[in-house]
Amino acid sequence: MITKIRDLIVANIGEQAVVRIEEEHLQPILIVNAENLVEIAIFLRDTEGCYFDFLSNVSAVDYYPDNRFAVVYHLASIPYQTQFILKVEIENDRRLENLPAIPSVSAVWRTADWHEREAFDLMGIFFTGHPDLRRILLPDDWQGYPLRKDYEDAETYHGIAIK
Amino acid sequence: MTGYTEGLENYKKKIAAITSQEMVINMGPQHPSTHGVLRLELITDGEVVREIIPHLGYLHRCFDKHAESMNYGKAIPFTDRLDYLSSMNNSHAFVMGVERMLKIEDKLPKRVEYIRVLVCELNRIASHLIAIGTYGIDIGAFTPFMWCFRDREHIMNMLEWASGSRMLYNYIWVGGLFYDLPVGFEERCQEFVNYFKPKLVELDDLLSNNQIFISRTANIGALPADVAINYGCSGPMLRASGIRWDLRRVDGYSVYPELEFEIPVGKGEMGSLGDCWDRYKVRVDEVKESVKIIEQCLQRLQTDFKRKPDFDSRGLVPKKVNLKAQEYYIRAENPKGELGFHFVTQERTDVPRRVKARGPSFNNLSVLPELGKGQLIADLIAILGSIDIVLGEVDR
Repeated sequence: MITKIRDLIVANIGEQAVVRIEEEHLQPILIVNAENLVEIAIFLRDTEGCYFDFLSNVSAVDYYPDNRFAVVYHLASIPYQTQFILKVEIENDRRLENLPAIPSVSAVWRTADWHEREAFDLMGIFFTGHPDLRRILLPDDWQGYPLRKDYEDAETYHGIAIK
Repeated sequence: MTGYTEGLENYKKKIAAITSQEMVINMGPQHPSTHGVLRLELITDGEVVREIIPHLGYLHRCFDKHAESMNYGKAIPFTDRLDYLSSMNNSHAFVMGVERMLKIEDKLPKRVEYIRVLVCELNRIASHLIAIGTYGIDIGAFTPFMWCFRDREHIMNMLEWASGSRMLYNYIWVGGLFYDLPVGFEERCQEFVNYFKPKLVELDDLLSNNQIFISRTANIGALPADVAINYGCSGPMLRASGIRWDLRRVDGYSVYPELEFEIPVGKGEMGSLGDCWDRYKVRVDEVKESVKIIEQCLQRLQTDFKRKPDFDSRGLVPKKVNLKAQEYYIRAENPKGELGFHFVTQERTDVPRRVKARGPSFNNLSVLPELGKGQLIADLIAILGSIDIVLGEVDR
């Protein structure tokens, strides 16, 4: 199935949209170019034969010690009862002033709204075009992104020793 | 003649010049109807809610970070604490994911699988009983709450007998179970089923068909199917909107393909499709289906997969979970909806690189700002109760 969808994307959006397919996992993963992500998302949602109308999950992964992050989108199609996984990889130097930026798909699937806020909150991924990108689980004034592998706990929070 | 109506004109001008003003009301984090520590910031115009801004995170216990710092077996007690009303279902999903990556899923003894399904369905009933009972109390019906908790107590006692704990069990392990069921469990469970069936009829009389209850819930907070899908709603939320989507059937995991049960969906019986009453009714019907599943499990556990002296419930439990670097997303049907775990494993260690829990309540709650817009504050309570959130899972 995944090669069929890859061919569809290549034919309709372009050669540059697809980076590669990873088939060594139990569920094959299609890695796509961040610049074409929103286009691909709309295509997968609305095209006959795909209809991936249900976004189950968005999760951000830190590949420390590599300077590389990934965002994984787990899709499901309710009419066809199939599953599909999209992934976007991005290089980043881990400085807090320079967050990895990926286009938001919250306009395609509203599920992504809170999931992207969570990824921003805990992993420090900036989703461009998100309507309301604030921290969701941690307090608004939290420093740093705790799910990053190189995160170090703060000594104090508002003057209270927390170690 | 003009001067005579001046008083009336002035009065009319005064009334016409009245301005309405928007006001911010904080609901929670200690509001009883939020079922935990959830804060809703309501922008209201009189009694009408203009906008809802949920604030989460009061119960954030860093599940993801915990799971990334210890091996798979040790993370199971933490999964129990996600949706603490259905701990069995949580650990079942987590354990299935690890077992599939280990490729031992097909080797599990059937007795283990049937016991897992049995305890999960018992837990599903317990979770739905809380949803139904507390929903009644949100709307002002006190008796159903007491009745539901009375019946739930029997389930808690049985699960305590099996696992040693009342709510947070750590009973389902990677590759098996903590222990086989205690001797006499099947008989006692059968007794419970016989006791429980008439109680469900009583519950229908007391709450489902109660005119006051129907007036408070029918036609309130109708969720169209396309909006439900777009917001990632799952479980009873999605099924109440008329979509027959149950992962126990779709994915057919564990021994669910061998069991007979219906998937109840909302029909808009009392009002519009996908309203609060439909969501409530889907849960009541699911309890009835779970009872059916439990009866079938009990029947098979007492005949084909009977207790044997040489049965080892921990036979396949691995000493160390050795996985190659891979990714896997497991999803399973929890009482509240689709619970998913996204695993990213790493080579030469039994500590995962990333475990993300996708809680059904998190996604079901995200539709609240859409559902509650333009509703009365009193109806917002009814809508929030019908979503049936557990904050342990929203905040993880």
